[in-house]
Amino acid sequence: MSPGLLRERLTKLAGERWLLYLAIGAALLVLPFVVDAAFGRAWVRIIDVALLFILLALGLNIVVGFAGLLDLGYIAFFAVGAYAYALLASPQFAIHWPFILLLPVGALIAAVFGILLGAPTLRLRGDYLAIVTLGFGEIIRILLNNLNRPVNITNGPLGITLIDPIQIGGFALNKTFSIGGLTFSAVHNYYFVFLACALVSILISLRLEDSRIGRAWIAIREDELAAGAMGINTRNVKLLAFAMGATFGGVSGGLFAAFQGFISPESFTLLDSIMVLCMVVLGGMGNVGGVVLGAVLLTALPEALRYAAPLQERWLNAVYVEPADLRMLLFGLALVLMMLLRPAGLWPSRTRRRELAEPLDDERNGQETTLGTAR
Amino acid sequence: MDIFLQQLINGLVLGSIYALVALGYTMVYGILGLINFAHGDIVMIGALTSIATAQALVAAGVPPPLALAIAALVAIAVCTVLGVTIERVAYRPLRRAPRLAPLITAIGVSVLLQYSAALIWGKQYISMPELFQQSAFTVGGARVSDLQLFILALACALMLGLLWFIRSSRIGRAMRATEQHADVAGLMGVDTNRIISFTFLLGSAIGAVAGVMVVIYYGLGHYFMGFMLGIKAFTAAVLGGIGNVAGAMLGGLLLGIVESLASGYIGDLTGGVIGSNYRDIFAFLVLVLVLVLRPSGLLGYRGGDRA
Repeated sequence: MSPGLLRERLTKLAGERWLLYLAIGAALLVLPFVVDAAFGRAWVRIIDVALLFILLALGLNIVVGFAGLLDLGYIAFFAVGAYAYALLASPQFAIHWPFILLLPVGALIAAVFGILLGAPTLRLRGDYLAIVTLGFGEIIRILLNNLNRPVNITNGPLGITLIDPIQIGGFALNKTFSIGGLTFSAVHNYYFVFLACALVSILISLRLEDSRIGRAWIAIREDELAAGAMGINTRNVKLLAFAMGATFGGVSGGLFAAFQGFISPESFTLLDSIMVLCMVVLGGMGNVGGVVLGAVLLTALPEALRYAAPLQERWLNAVYVEPADLRMLLFGLALVLMMLLRPAGLWPSRTRRRELAEPLDDERNGQETTLGTAR
Repeated sequence: MDIFLQQLINGLVLGSIYALVALGYTMVYGILGLINFAHGDIVMIGALTSIATAQALVAAGVPPPLALAIAALVAIAVCTVLGVTIERVAYRPLRRAPRLAPLITAIGVSVLLQYSAALIWGKQYISMPELFQQSAFTVGGARVSDLQLFILALACALMLGLLWFIRSSRIGRAMRATEQHADVAGLMGVDTNRIISFTFLLGSAIGAVAGVMVVIYYGLGHYFMGFMLGIKAFTAAVLGGIGNVAGAMLGGLLLGIVESLASGYIGDLTGGVIGSNYRDIFAFLVLVLVLVLRPSGLLGYRGGDRA
């Protein structure tokens, strides 16, 4: 193929790509209004939550998917971000910092926590790391629950209420207004802010994956010893993974606090950590698209399961399984079945699929690689 | 002084239960290198099964000691079947898979067990019927009930029995061989799959006994009780040196005593600032400290590739 022809094809391809992006962009812009009209405002809210979970799952994906460090206390960073925002923008201490300031501050606090919690675990291998991070997650939750005495910081199990909504340029996002017949309610406003954050995080994740750091993470995931021998500073790179993952979690937590206006330690249990892990595993560890898919699917699942109660009533004359429990049963089942049947996830990354298609000859019995694909 | 002795005795009883649960973690880890996340929930299933059985039997007019014995046997039976099935279905197919895979299925199984239990027994606490009148006596100012003595004695008997079994029986020798090197053990004529199944069976049976002990000691059971119990038992196993059976026993007893003393004294030591509501944090702190400072545990061998 001549160079000219190649260039022509490439530009054509790039042109088509732009068209595709434009179409997706337009669809995302009108999505909340279409959903609002078709299914009601509650579903716009669900989409908002899904966007938050995309942010959260992408953060965990950096830690688990890229760097192969199984973090079972990831929700702690979400909690730290949420409480950082809540304490600095609520009547709790009568502090009301603006959102523009809180976003980087919250991210920074979460990143520091990521390093603090990551540092002691650096020497630990996969399964120990999982248990210790789980322990940290629980410690954070117990602290949040009990730091209402002797000095009331977190208000204990009651949680923090009346958290300020996000304000951008003097405009509070929880206000309703309309432009040219289109009504922008709170959920619509938050949709656009969350969408922007989710898109930025997707972009960061995609760029990270192919970057020098991303390749270092993947190298550590596959074989830490070899990665170290290749000159990767495994300590710093692992800490960076923790910090980066925590930052995503912290930002997402801050947005969550502002969106809900109320937080309590109940929102940050081990089950929530497992749910986020489930999103990453189900979608496809290490693949950004897969993780986004997983987050959307698992946010929509409980809503869909709400229809399960009436169905049971109709067919069995009683509600045997509460939708919330059914959700957890399905999560557990999904984790087991995914690992047994489709360890690379619903939407595996291209490299993974190739690895699975042609197993390498020098593949050892898999003891040393940490991620669930190479068999 | 009497408070100290009291906390020590309470801690010893609590610790012996932790130790029994820790055995399940440590035996499986020794052989498979897998943290069986679901083990705490197997104990929970054992506990709730025994409560349900005892309730039914007492309602049917069976004399209490017999009811307790039958309830314990039913719990042991259910747990062993469950443990062996879980290994067969969820762990065995992944034995050659990367480390993260069986760990994630283990978490999945744990969640499945918890919510299956919630489905069967509901989410509220269920209580063990009062099976016998407890009597207590005082030793040096501390109150000891006969139930505490019974638990302690039974736990010690089980642990010593297990130590003897692993050291001296044919199957025990096969277990140790499999632990050292499964492939070579296989070449020497050990049916490693059966040994691994047997390990799960043994761990689950002992876990079931521990579960029954918890519910007769506290009188209550709950679908989520396996989580905290499991974490603490795992901490005990790590403290003693994971993979080491005697270590799990030592770790369990130590953890029970530390937790009991710490939650008993921390209120006084800090002037009431930090109360016993931080009780559950101690296990995590011990776990983190041990893993960071001495990952091989108290009795584990040093320099190994264990942590």
